[in-house]
Amino acid sequence: MAQSTKNQIINTKKAIYLLLGITAISSVVVSFRTDAYNRVPEETTMARFTAAEAAEPDSIVSKKAFLQAYKVLMHPRCMNCHPVGDRPLQGDDSHIHTMNVQRGKDGKGLYAMKCSNCHQPQNTPGLHMPPGNPDWHLPPADMKMVFQGKSPRELAQTMLNKNENGHKDHEALIEHVAKDSLVGSGWNPAEGLAHLPMSRAEFVKHFKTWLDKGAYLPDK
Amino acid sequence: MSQITNTSRRNFLKTGAVLGSGLLISFTVPGAKKLGGAGSAMLGPQSGAAFAPNAYLHITADNQILVYLAHSEMGQGIWTTLSMLIAEELDVDVKKMVVQHGDAWKPYHHTSFGMQITGGSSTTWSEFDRYRKAGATARTLLVAAAAKKFGVSPSECKTADGVVTAGTNSATYGELASEAAALPAPGDVPLRDAKDWKYIGKSVKRLDTPAKINGTAKFGMDVQFPGMLTAAVLHAPVFGAKVKSVDAAKAKAIPGVKQVVQIPTGVAVLADNYWAAKKGCTALKVDWDLGSGVQVDSSSMTAQYKELAKKPGATAAKAGDVDSAMAKAVKTIEAEYTFPYLAHAPMEPLNVTIELNNGKCEIWCGTQMPGIDQEAAAKVLGLKPEQVRVNTVFLGGGFGRRGTPASDFVREAAEIIKASGKPLVKMVWAREDDVRGGFYRPAFLHNVKVGLNADGMPIAWKHTIVGQSIMDGTFFASMIKDGIDNASVEGVSDSPYLYAIPDRLVSLHSPKNEVPVLWWRSVGHTHTAMAMEATIDELAHAAGKDPLVYRQQLLKDHPRHLAALNLVAEKANWGKPLPEGRFRGIAVHESFLSFVAQVVEISLNTDGTIKVHKVINAIDCGLAVNPDGVKAQIESGINYGVSAALLGEITLEKGRVQQGNFNDYVVSRMFDTPAEIEVHIVDSSNKMGGVGEPGVPPVAPAIANAYFAATGKRLRDLPFNKAILKA
Amino acid sequence: MVKLKINQKEYSVDASPDMPLLWALRDVLGLTGTKFGCGMAQCGACTVHLDREAVRSCVTLVSRAVGKEVTTIEGLSADPTNYLQKAWLEVDVPQCGYCQSGQIMSAAVLLRENPNPTDEDIDTAMSGNICRCGTYPRIRKAIHLAAQMQREGGKVQ
Repeated sequence: MAQSTKNQIINTKKAIYLLLGITAISSVVVSFRTDAYNRVPEETTMARFTAAEAAEPDSIVSKKAFLQAYKVLMHPRCMNCHPVGDRPLQGDDSHIHTMNVQRGKDGKGLYAMKCSNCHQPQNTPGLHMPPGNPDWHLPPADMKMVFQGKSPRELAQTMLNKNENGHKDHEALIEHVAKDSLVGSGWNPAEGLAHLPMSRAEFVKHFKTWLDKGAYLPDK
Repeated sequence: MSQITNTSRRNFLKTGAVLGSGLLISFTVPGAKKLGGAGSAMLGPQSGAAFAPNAYLHITADNQILVYLAHSEMGQGIWTTLSMLIAEELDVDVKKMVVQHGDAWKPYHHTSFGMQITGGSSTTWSEFDRYRKAGATARTLLVAAAAKKFGVSPSECKTADGVVTAGTNSATYGELASEAAALPAPGDVPLRDAKDWKYIGKSVKRLDTPAKINGTAKFGMDVQFPGMLTAAVLHAPVFGAKVKSVDAAKAKAIPGVKQVVQIPTGVAVLADNYWAAKKGCTALKVDWDLGSGVQVDSSSMTAQYKELAKKPGATAAKAGDVDSAMAKAVKTIEAEYTFPYLAHAPMEPLNVTIELNNGKCEIWCGTQMPGIDQEAAAKVLGLKPEQVRVNTVFLGGGFGRRGTPASDFVREAAEIIKASGKPLVKMVWAREDDVRGGFYRPAFLHNVKVGLNADGMPIAWKHTIVGQSIMDGTFFASMIKDGIDNASVEGVSDSPYLYAIPDRLVSLHSPKNEVPVLWWRSVGHTHTAMAMEATIDELAHAAGKDPLVYRQQLLKDHPRHLAALNLVAEKANWGKPLPEGRFRGIAVHESFLSFVAQVVEISLNTDGTIKVHKVINAIDCGLAVNPDGVKAQIESGINYGVSAALLGEITLEKGRVQQGNFNDYVVSRMFDTPAEIEVHIVDSSNKMGGVGEPGVPPVAPAIANAYFAATGKRLRDLPFNKAILKA
Repeated sequence: MVKLKINQKEYSVDASPDMPLLWALRDVLGLTGTKFGCGMAQCGACTVHLDREAVRSCVTLVSRAVGKEVTTIEGLSADPTNYLQKAWLEVDVPQCGYCQSGQIMSAAVLLRENPNPTDEDIDTAMSGNICRCGTYPRIRKAIHLAAQMQREGGKVQ
């Protein structure tokens, strides 16, 4: 990750802003379907796409794209901070974080065990050292965004449910995965930790395709 | 408030000047202690005190009562206990005593072990008479001086709080110090009756607490002098490996790095501070000759030990004919237990500060064996032991690791200063150097086969133990008799259960390998108590008897075991129902002359692993000199035991230690430690025993027995939580 | 030279910006109350306050402390509103004592943010600080006592 600290801070602030659900995005024109739950008939959106894309129905393209993005979302680099329960996970085996670390109300830990007490603005060099980011945290207690244990379909539902996703619409979701500094930390693992299976750009492309093509829920 | 002093001949740099209100302690350094004339460091206290009746106690003209410890304070509380013993006979306020560690010096040799050593949970019982006599002798002389001064007979003099009075006459000890010093030493002085004790048997707060809560206590790690360089060491990746070649160019380019030297155990980087030295180590490129150590592998070792256990080894205890008795048994029970290597992992990583100047050497470190270290350093440096002065500073934990017959860390520091030619170096180990540095509790395997009669009582006991000898290869090797290192079998070969069984055989295999091993808090009892007490529990269940009642029957001729067992059963409400999801286990074990029984209460976590909630403990240690100190030590031992039983494990793969720091050498923390620990002390006038170690051994079997109560499954491989997750 | 404010005092520290705060405190400034235990934020012995948060100084670079308030055990000891050390004395917590600076620094943040902590809160706040002597039950007891002292303005003895 080669973003400047300033940018990271700006993005971070934005992320929190969004996570807390005090959304101020006002003039976003959402030209595609925003809620897969409503199950808008496919043909209403089909015409928007090119013939090449149309060779495969949007529902298939969208689901396939999500399954690609799912590989990243469920990778330890992402999932470890989206646990079931209130304890973050650690390492490539996603074991429960040692030291009984707890989420805390704002997702930043509790008391003497706040994330940034150990997690520095940058990765600390060396094996088994704390990975870093200026805003290391979990989702807040009132918006836990649990990934762990979810099937693709369940995770897609979580992603789309504004009551679970930090009140994000599609654009905000894309903005989050594309620009958020802490999300970006997933592509900057600490020494010795597994890398994500694709670049951030690829991931964002899949994620965006999933949404752009109708935000279909995978079958399982 | 008591004063904390250190024996260094000059002040530590920049001692903390900020002192808390109400917690004021002064960190004073007594008058500069100079090394003696060429070639002879004058050892022993040189306080300049007017009255120095012995090596353990000096009194200055301004009423300072200086106590010199023959043992090291590593948390066990002897800073306070030994001072109490003197205060008891001397009639001074223990809180006003000024305590410091003694030098490496013959008068500080252990009263039973013949060398200067802190170990074997022996400090209090071994010094109980010597330190009281030190106080009584001084008091006798002070009274004699006062009697002379007042013109009265000594019997007319009374002493209290550092003052001698006779009628209207009074004089402080300080005022009498020089007169007392001029008097001939008295013969054997009487010691006070227990009924007159003011301190002994009553809880006295630790004298070192004030300094240990405001950052002023000085550990070896805190020793700093002007011009000192700090050395970090790149150790071999495999035990016994040797350096083939070193490329130090990158290390030397790091700002602050002053020198890189090769030593027998690796490569040391000397720098202005630890950070630069550590970075230097990381930048070193070393080619190693790995040697035979690469063959050590934990999994194949376990297989090898299992094979060995099938054959009888050296005989540790034998009576009757175990095989024919076994053949007559109505029922037999066989169990195999495995124990991993364990690192001590004291909180303060090992470190030594060493100065070498004109044939004189001075060392500052936290050590359990200053005399052995003195000899080791002298040998490396080509000096006589008396040319080496060892200043013991507070130990940030010991647990055995700081009492190494090989003096591995002091020797290494001596090698560094020798190779560097520098006058003053502090060697600091990283945590990884400690965890990977060997000197572990050896890995062990026990194979136990017991034959029961129709009543369910044991009639034949065959027990084979496999594990490296701790004594082997050290100067303690002479204690190995007929192939038996007692530290491998203690707790089995002398078990009270075995005495009652006419046909029994305990045998031992002591395989060798490259991994250095050492005593680890409670030594052989770390594994023997588990093998015995878990097996006894199995026998009780096989006999259809309550585990407490079964033990009571077997131990009927062992009153001290019974006293601890009965007290713990009463305090734990043994037999009464527990809240849902809670399960109990019991164990009793003698070690270091004390008798400890424990009842643990566990529940199971959602993943099936064990959570220990409560440990009730009863101990018969004879007289408890400082009862709250006894309680603190047992609490400590229990937590050390819980950590090892559930979590602790060092493993090797191709000779490499797989763990390195607290991320993978997992130790217990606040959340996984028992929330409740009760320590009950048996009111006992029996022989005094130790308390530092005896709290550890019963923990693992009591937990395993509770797990059986919870699940019907026996845990026989340590650490338990790993075994549970693997199953 | 890096400018640091430690225990309300300004220091110019001759340290490279990538030096962890721990070593600047200990080896450069001689403030040895803060201890080295693991070097990787595992044990908590090096805990100091950075703008009132209990950071692990062994992984916190000097550069991060610039412009912030650093408080070490030496500074905390000078604070008369801090009841922790009084409680630690009362309960006689330490054994070897090496971890206690860090324990107290962590407990201070707990009590500031939660004046009436439960056992569970103590488990949460204190599980980053290892004590190999196993003084945990006494630390727990002392935190409860300090909380009581704090609530009652130090009247509890």
